[in-house]
Amino acid sequence: MSDVMTAPLAGDDAGMAAGDLLVMLRHGPHGSSWLREGLEAAMVAAAFGREVGLLFTGDGVMALLEGQQVGPLGQKGSDNLLAALEMYDVERCYVDAAALRARGLTAQDVTLLPVTLLEHDEVVALTTAFSRVLSF
Amino acid sequence: MASSETVRTLTLDGRDIGLDAEGYLVDLDDWSPALAEMLAAEEGRELTPEHWEVIEVLRDFYQRFSLSPAMRPLSKAMTQRFGPDKGRSLHLMRLFPDSPPKVGARIAGLPKPTNCL
Repeated sequence: MSDVMTAPLAGDDAGMAAGDLLVMLRHGPHGSSWLREGLEAAMVAAAFGREVGLLFTGDGVMALLEGQQVGPLGQKGSDNLLAALEMYDVERCYVDAAALRARGLTAQDVTLLPVTLLEHDEVVALTTAFSRVLSF
Repeated sequence: MASSETVRTLTLDGRDIGLDAEGYLVDLDDWSPALAEMLAAEEGRELTPEHWEVIEVLRDFYQRFSLSPAMRPLSKAMTQRFGPDKGRSLHLMRLFPDSPPKVGARIAGLPKPTNCL
């Protein structure tokens, strides 16, 4: 898409404050441990005083819907991990609005965390505002 | 994550209680206040009411988040529950020298914290 080329290089124009680590969460809460691992990586960085941001994109947006508890397989749910983010002072949580739309979801469906919805250009700006990006 | 391998056992009230290689409970349901005293005594610690405050906060944290807290969140949880003086790392370090999150988690019957060195 052509708008990638014109996106601001440093996140300033989109009002993105700089940060140390952006963790991108691309997987849903069940079926793999990607989401959990990503959230734990974010918490480790935060526990060491880093400024951490989370970007929920792709199936990762499913983590923000209610009801992500322990399933029939007995694996841990992700809802209580999300609840713990606040205790780790991870407060910058963003959602890829296009990923929500693609799944027929709206901002009203995102109930587990206070989040900021970002359009494509803003997602690009976000990734440049953080000095490191880890993709899970 | 709780380790599952019993490396040694403690006997409390005629029951064998399994501990892993680092002294954490294999079955978290085995925990009781009496067991906490026993685990603390092993390390030469005597539990005072101030220790019990931390244990209470640790167990509540695990109940809420399925997670053993690292230092910062433990400190934050202590501040929320008992006020800023109780949340200071100096206070926590004095009660559980070496590493309050690790030592505290062991005595409080939680898994070893994964996100703290």
